[in-house]
Amino acid sequence: MNFEFSQEQELLREQARGFLDENCSAASVREILEGSDSYDAKLWKDMAQLGWMATAIPEEFGGLGLSYYELSVIAEELGRAIAPIPFSSSVYLATEALLLAGSAEQRQRWLPKLATGESIGTFAFAEHAGRPTPANLATTVSGNSLTGTKIAVPDGDISDFAIVVARSDTGDGASVYLVELQDVTRRKVNGIDPTRSHAKLEFQDCKAELLGSEGAGWSLVNQLLNRAAILVAWEQVGGSQAALEQAKEYAMGRYAFGRPIAGFQAIKHKLANVYVKNTLARSNCYFGGWALAGNESELPLAAATARVSATQAYYFASKENIQTHGGMGFTWEFDCQMYYRRAKLLSVSLGSEMWWQDRLISAYEQRNQPVAA
Amino acid sequence: MDFNDTPQEAEFRAEAAEWLERNVPSREELEGLDEIQRCKLWQKRKYDAGWACIRWPKEYGGRDATTIQSVIWNQEESKYPVPAGVFAIGQGMAAPTMMGWANEEQKRFHLPPLASGEHIWCQLFSEPSAGSDLAAVRTRAERDGNDWVINGQKIWTSGAHYSDYGILVVRTDPTVPKHKGLTYFFLDMKSPGVEVKPIKQISGGANFNEVFFTDVRIPDEQRLGAVGQGWQVSLTTLMNERAAIGGGGGLGFDRVYQLAQKMNIDDRPAIENGQVRAALANWYCQESGLRYTGYRSLTAMSRGETPGPENSIGKLVGASKSQDMASFAIDLLEMSGVMEDRETWAEGGVYTGTYLNAPGGRIAGGSDEIMLNILAERVLGLPQDIRVDKGIPFNEVPTGSNN
Ligand SMILES: Cc1cc2nc3c(=O)[nH]c(=O)nc-3n(C[C@H](O)[C@H](O)[C@H](O)COP(=O)(O)OP(=O)(O)OC[C@H]3O[C@@H](n4cnc5c(N)ncnc54)[C@H](O)[C@@H]3O)c2cc1C
Repeated sequence: MNFEFSQEQELLREQARGFLDENCSAASVREILEGSDSYDAKLWKDMAQLGWMATAIPEEFGGLGLSYYELSVIAEELGRAIAPIPFSSSVYLATEALLLAGSAEQRQRWLPKLATGESIGTFAFAEHAGRPTPANLATTVSGNSLTGTKIAVPDGDISDFAIVVARSDTGDGASVYLVELQDVTRRKVNGIDPTRSHAKLEFQDCKAELLGSEGAGWSLVNQLLNRAAILVAWEQVGGSQAALEQAKEYAMGRYAFGRPIAGFQAIKHKLANVYVKNTLARSNCYFGGWALAGNESELPLAAATARVSATQAYYFASKENIQTHGGMGFTWEFDCQMYYRRAKLLSVSLGSEMWWQDRLISAYEQRNQPVAA
Repeated sequence: MDFNDTPQEAEFRAEAAEWLERNVPSREELEGLDEIQRCKLWQKRKYDAGWACIRWPKEYGGRDATTIQSVIWNQEESKYPVPAGVFAIGQGMAAPTMMGWANEEQKRFHLPPLASGEHIWCQLFSEPSAGSDLAAVRTRAERDGNDWVINGQKIWTSGAHYSDYGILVVRTDPTVPKHKGLTYFFLDMKSPGVEVKPIKQISGGANFNEVFFTDVRIPDEQRLGAVGQGWQVSLTTLMNERAAIGGGGGLGFDRVYQLAQKMNIDDRPAIENGQVRAALANWYCQESGLRYTGYRSLTAMSRGETPGPENSIGKLVGASKSQDMASFAIDLLEMSGVMEDRETWAEGGVYTGTYLNAPGGRIAGGSDEIMLNILAERVLGLPQDIRVDKGIPFNEVPTGSNN
């Protein structure tokens, strides 16, 4: 047993942090926030050069064949930098979906392009306000044509293809398809975090390829959500830590009543409580990372645990960061808003805290069920 | 990172598990024994077989085990409801302090009986006027020949009534600022002039005490560290205290989860209720977060780092969690939650017991507020609180009507 990242992994972290400090500064994130670009295309290209999208893709598909520990390290650093790129859609969702269920031909066709960042993929799931279930999916497929509307699709406006969840009359009630997006009607939508773009996609008789088996889609979606949740949790932990550091730095330099506000217990205890939540979330992410790296039976519970605690930690850190800044924290000009926006985006993008609390208990029930004879 | 055992670790685990299976005392064996006798029986059995305090050096009664082996041992041992607890202060706090500050002869004399459970130690730190502000202790020690003569009073001393030895912080110089005038000793609790009076707690039990010192003589050899260095020695104890208390103990997630399976809400199992699931999920996150935080700090220790102030997190989170879970469990029982007798309800008293004991957990070993201060100052590097007693000779520091 060993509960820390290896030296090589820590070295990777150092390099990633150095690269992002230089190429993904708060000022460059702000350019996306205030401009009309959907993402930082230059950052995406430069990152591709470093092979980040290829991290966990096997070598036979043009990847680096590294482990999910390396991908966890990168995820944390991207979260810390609030990177305005489609990494989570393309890497944690589209790539993972292909690795989980893609046919040999589908993997061969897409994974090498995902690995180089040349293609961007995403996951199209939500259709309406509220929690999706197989019964309330309205997207349908007949023959090879998919018809339906997906809303709030992350990076839907810039992706080359989407992994689309559709209704099925067999099996678990859903099937998953790979759909290329060139002929799909797409409209970019305004959102809570403009540093991450979202779009509404209207599919009208679009050519769709089944991913995995017919009627096994809901189970695939759940597997995919579990895997992505751990990587997103690492991003959340990275963001919470950065928000804590920002709050600390401001509090040390801001004086009131003749001394730094960082010396008032109300501020000290607030930041200590942020630290506590961040630490618990991070430790749960360690276990999540390990489950992701090949310990499948622990995955559902590990994912829900990492997700719930990271969601809570980031929300808390980002709102208390604003509070620590006083009026300045509420201005457009200060960067506190970026963590606050990203925290909420990440907390619902794979399903709400409530949903994952429910999943956590289900996973615990499942794990402790006596094995059927 | 790997949460799985290496082959050697798996072998060690199997050896530990097998020994435990054969040696954990049966219900019959424990019948008729009081809690201390039970603890002693189990501790001695472990000691005789080389399974006590396994991380300690062999010559002090341990096994020279690695940190990871001790994690494995603890995981395996905690699968059984074995009697434990009375040795926590001696083994978890006094022993590391002795290892750091006592001479070789004292270590060889005192550590093995701590490991075997023959000796129980207590911690004589807090006083009526010095709890969170531990460095404000007033109990005096004055030099007389080769001895020190102690006069004063300690309070909240857990287990003083059954302890053989104690670790003690006292004031040797009231004319210098408070941290500089302290000295640290260990003493035999049977020394003439030591008087122990139990204090009844909220829970009705009386595990802590007042301890009075009237001209108690301690030989100078039992001083740990230099005269005036008592604060520094105390920090060794306190750091280990936080690591020793950790986040464990109290009410565990699984217990309340099982209760939620058994209880109904509107004729459906409570576990199906969304509010119940959300509350349980949050506690699970805390419990698992603490477990892995603990493992990570053990990894740091196995690389030779000493347990640091980050360990305050375990007690801080664990104590409130246990309190909140007990309160929640009583709620699940609805009107019957008030009952304590086991004749009416098999689990009567379990949750009320935890509920009534839990407030102590948030105060003992440093209150929640002190833990937050430690994290803020020593981990995050935020400024220390402004202290009006700073630099002032101890005997000129103001005190209040409740001191
Ligand atoms: C069950 C139990 C077992 C114990 N066992 C032992 C033992 O074996 N040996 C031993 O020596 N002691 C023991 N103690 C004593 C324990 O260490 C003290 O009670 C504790 O340190 C608090 O001190 P106090 O009771 O004097 O409270 P105070 O220090 O008077 O604190 C009262 C309140 O003021 C707050 N407060 C104090 N200072 C600050 C500050 N700087 N900032 C913010 N808030 C502050 C505290 O958090 C608390 O809420 C035990 C206590 C309990 C409850």
